[in-house]
Amino acid sequence: MLFPRLAQLRPWLVHLRAGDWLVMALGCAACVGATVLLWQGDVPDKAIVRAGGKVVAEVSLSTPRFIEVDGPIGKTRIEIQPGRARVASDPGPRQYCVRQGWLTRGGAVAICAPNHVSLTLSGRKNEHDTISY
Amino acid sequence: MTPSVTELAVTADDHRIARLATAAIVLTVAEAAIPLPLPGVKPGLANIVTLIVLSRYGWRDAAWVTLLRVLAGSLLLGQFLAPGFFLSFSGALCSLGALGLAVHLPRRWFGPVSHSVIAAFAHICGQLLIARVWLVPHDGVFYLAPVFFTAALVFGLINGLVASRLLIELDSDPVPPRPPA
Repeated sequence: MLFPRLAQLRPWLVHLRAGDWLVMALGCAACVGATVLLWQGDVPDKAIVRAGGKVVAEVSLSTPRFIEVDGPIGKTRIEIQPGRARVASDPGPRQYCVRQGWLTRGGAVAICAPNHVSLTLSGRKNEHDTISY
Repeated sequence: MTPSVTELAVTADDHRIARLATAAIVLTVAEAAIPLPLPGVKPGLANIVTLIVLSRYGWRDAAWVTLLRVLAGSLLLGQFLAPGFFLSFSGALCSLGALGLAVHLPRRWFGPVSHSVIAAFAHICGQLLIARVWLVPHDGVFYLAPVFFTAALVFGLINGLVASRLLIELDSDPVPPRPPA
C-alpha cells in the first residue's frame, strides 16, 4: 500500500532517538530557510512610472490606487494594488501593455510605446534587469 | 591455465566489502528503473547499505562500499565519467565526509536516521556545488535547492528508518553470516 494509515507508522517511531528529531528539525529549518531565501527574493516593493523617459511617479506597492499619466496621444491609467501593478487603460492602438496584465515580479516592465509611458516594478534585490514576454 | 604470477591475498574483509558493495550496486541499478520527475531527486536506496555498514563495520568499510558502488553502478548504467557520475561522486565524497563526523555523535541520542539525514543533506550540497562550479556556472542552479533539500529530508528519513530496522533485525541474528573461507 502506497499510503499507509497513521497507526501503521507507529512501529517505526522506535527507530527515532532524541537527536534524530533534532537533526530532522534542523533539516526542516534548512528547507524552510532555503524556500524563503531563494523563492521570495524577487517580491517587488515599489512601482516606477516613466513618461517620455522621465520618472513621473515612484509609489510603494502597499496601498491600492490609480495613477494617471499624460502622454502625446492621451491618458494612460496605471492601477496599483498590494504586491502588483498593471496598466489599466492606454490609448495605444495595439494595447500590448494593457494585455500584459498584472505585473508581480521585481524587474517586470510594461511599456506603452505609442504614449511613451512605462511601468516598472522593482524589488529589494533586482534579479533581472528586465522581464518581457 | 597458467598460474598467475602475482598473488593477491584476498582477506575476509575484502569478501565482506565486495558482498555489501554488490548489495548496494543492485539497489542502484533497481532504483534507476524508477521514473522520477526531476533529475537529481532520487531515493538513494543504496545508502541504506552504507548506513548499515557504517553502524556495523565502521567508516572505512562504509567508504569502500560507497565508492565501489558509485564506480560500478555508473559502469553498469553507462554513466561512467558522464556528468551524472561526477555528481554522484562529489555527493558521495561529501556525504562520506559528513558521516565521518556524524559517526562520532553519541549513539544514545543519534541513530541511523540522523546519519541518513545528515548524509543526504551533505550529498545534495556536494552535488549543487559541483553543478554550480562546473556544469551550470550560474546561481540559477540554487533555485531548485528547496526542492532538493525537501527530498533529502524525506528520503533521508525513510532510508534511515529502513536501515535502523534492518540493523535491529540483523542484530537479533546471533551469528552474522561469514563468507565461505
